[in-house]
Amino acid sequence: MGEMSWSRRQGVTVPAATRAMNDPGATGRFGTYGGRHVPESLIPACHEIEAAFREAWSDPEFRSRLDTLLAVYAGRPTPLTPAWRLSHELGITLFLKREDLAHTGSHKINNVIGQALLAHRMGKERLLAETGAGQHGVATATAAALLGLKATVFMGERDIERQELNVLRMNVLGAEVVPVTTGSRTLKDACNEAMRHWVSSVDNSYYCIGSVMGPHPYPWMVREFQRVIGEEARAQCAAELPVGVPDYVVACVGGGSNAAGTFAGFVDTTARLIGVEAEGGAAATFGRVGVLHGFRSLVLQDEDGQVTEAHSVAAGLDYPGIGPEHAHLRDGGRARYETVNDEEVVQALLCLARTEGILAALESSHAVAWVIRAAKSGEIAPGSTVMLTLSGRGDKDIASIKELL
Amino acid sequence: MTESLEEFLIARRDTGRLLLVPYVTAGVTPGWTDIVHAYADAGADAVELGFPFSDPMLDGVTIQEASDRAIAAGTTVKGILEEVATLDVDVPLIAMTYSNLVVQQSTAEFCAALTASGLRGLIVPDSPLEEVGELADAAAAEGLDLVLLAAPSSSRARLREITERSRGFVYALTRMGTTGERGEIPEQAVRLGRELKGLTDRPVLFGFGVSNPAQAAELAGHADGVVVASALMRKLLDGARPRELGDYVASIRRALDHGAR
Ligand SMILES: Cc1ncc(COP(=O)(O)O)c(C=O)c1O
Repeated sequence: MGEMSWSRRQGVTVPAATRAMNDPGATGRFGTYGGRHVPESLIPACHEIEAAFREAWSDPEFRSRLDTLLAVYAGRPTPLTPAWRLSHELGITLFLKREDLAHTGSHKINNVIGQALLAHRMGKERLLAETGAGQHGVATATAAALLGLKATVFMGERDIERQELNVLRMNVLGAEVVPVTTGSRTLKDACNEAMRHWVSSVDNSYYCIGSVMGPHPYPWMVREFQRVIGEEARAQCAAELPVGVPDYVVACVGGGSNAAGTFAGFVDTTARLIGVEAEGGAAATFGRVGVLHGFRSLVLQDEDGQVTEAHSVAAGLDYPGIGPEHAHLRDGGRARYETVNDEEVVQALLCLARTEGILAALESSHAVAWVIRAAKSGEIAPGSTVMLTLSGRGDKDIASIKELL
Repeated sequence: MTESLEEFLIARRDTGRLLLVPYVTAGVTPGWTDIVHAYADAGADAVELGFPFSDPMLDGVTIQEASDRAIAAGTTVKGILEEVATLDVDVPLIAMTYSNLVVQQSTAEFCAALTASGLRGLIVPDSPLEEVGELADAAAAEGLDLVLLAAPSSSRARLREITERSRGFVYALTRMGTTGERGEIPEQAVRLGRELKGLTDRPVLFGFGVSNPAQAAELAGHADGVVVASALMRKLLDGARPRELGDYVASIRRALDHGAR
């Protein structure tokens, strides 16, 4: 594939000095969080992936191949859209970073193209993935098709029911979808199953984790692959806004990948960083320190340490943990985590659809719901500028929305 | 009994005996402690007690099911330890659980609570060398033997460090995969056993996929013994009573003794 110049990417140039969310080093710790809490059998694979990623990430050829695919295949850069009517209604200036317009309909593709290229470079034949809403599964199936790899996607039975469209998309793309029938039959159980499968097939399979979670290097690597959201948005804000930087930067948080990628572009600015979780899956608000899926972070659990099930209208936010770097950003006060309930989310989805003609995913609508609430309550001062990452489009949610109306 | 788990196992091994460590998920049935007694009476050299966790990453369907059942029945760490304290068995008991249960209080408090109830060993499969430091210190301070896992994928340098830092025994994984019964003995298990035996005088026990007496005996011959878990839990979930589980352990015992050096 040929060299892709920045000018082809709609004039967006990315400043190199936005690196405050840094390399966590060999231990993969963010403060006391993160690490590599996996069985000995998986440790060599984690080392191998970390080494391969470090090498690839500093290899201009890999970077250029990734940038090219993101541009000519995934449709980057995604636009920064002013939300004209909603801004007017709320008395603020709201911009939407349009990840819903990326190929396959969400930010998940950014990470997956990166990891699939890495897996290909490492000589792996199959991608394994867990998925909740199905967006990461669809993205994985897509990247596998693009690079001639096989894909196996683990998905909770309950999510298979409520995200039927995405299951069909994965099937059409040639991926195998494995229903997970254990536990709460949602995202956390899909992660368990994917890990178990990975242990037994680590020689030829690559586990393509869908968020900033899992053992080191995943939380860091996935954030780096998602950093493109924040870096583009930073440059776009610099071009659009008189002061260059918004007052608020807002994103929804399941595991936290779209938020981490977004925050990475603004962490060294004055912008307030807000992550919005589902009330029924709010590990940053209601979680305690624990170890799940290979990393130490904040986890929803009962007093004995049994992990509790998350409940949200958005399958992609039904996760009882939060990426370790978010736990660290929270403790240090650099980012703040808020919750919204299902009712507010559905109202926000309808509101955005009807004021802007944008049908957002239920996950992304969490971020919208918080901005609406905070602007109405005055928490966001009138006249403030807000940059919101709209992580995905809502077509997959139409059936759920119909039931909720 | 003041001997450590390791001293106890070494003394037994040095008589020429192959070691047998059967497993039971604590709380899986109301009378689960009867199973511990049945194992001990049937010739177990130690008993492994699974403290159930909601998300057991390294367990296959059988132990997942046993864990879910125990949790649904209201099993807690505190409750298990109370029952363990009342047990009167003459072989060491070893706790096996996941990191999340260990870090609920401090690791020091967790280890202290285990030893106070009479447990002498601890296995935490999702705590590899790079994460085990604090726990290893806490366990050592309590005289609790922290058993480390060795895998077919471990490098020689890692195997050396594992054999140096493991206490009690070295838990050799027969295969890359989760717990669960399997058919043949993989070549990689034989290789791992040989390599570990060359590195340490600590007992080396195979675990994962030990499915029947003949297989147990063959595998044990490549090291110092075996841990048997899913095969027993499968029988239990299918309705076997403590005495029948004891009979099965006795049949493995006989096979091991027959094959002993
Ligand atoms: C559209 C969309 N947004 C957000 C998420 C949540 O993931 P993360 O918090 O990693 O961005 C998902 C996950 O499925 C999603 O599909």
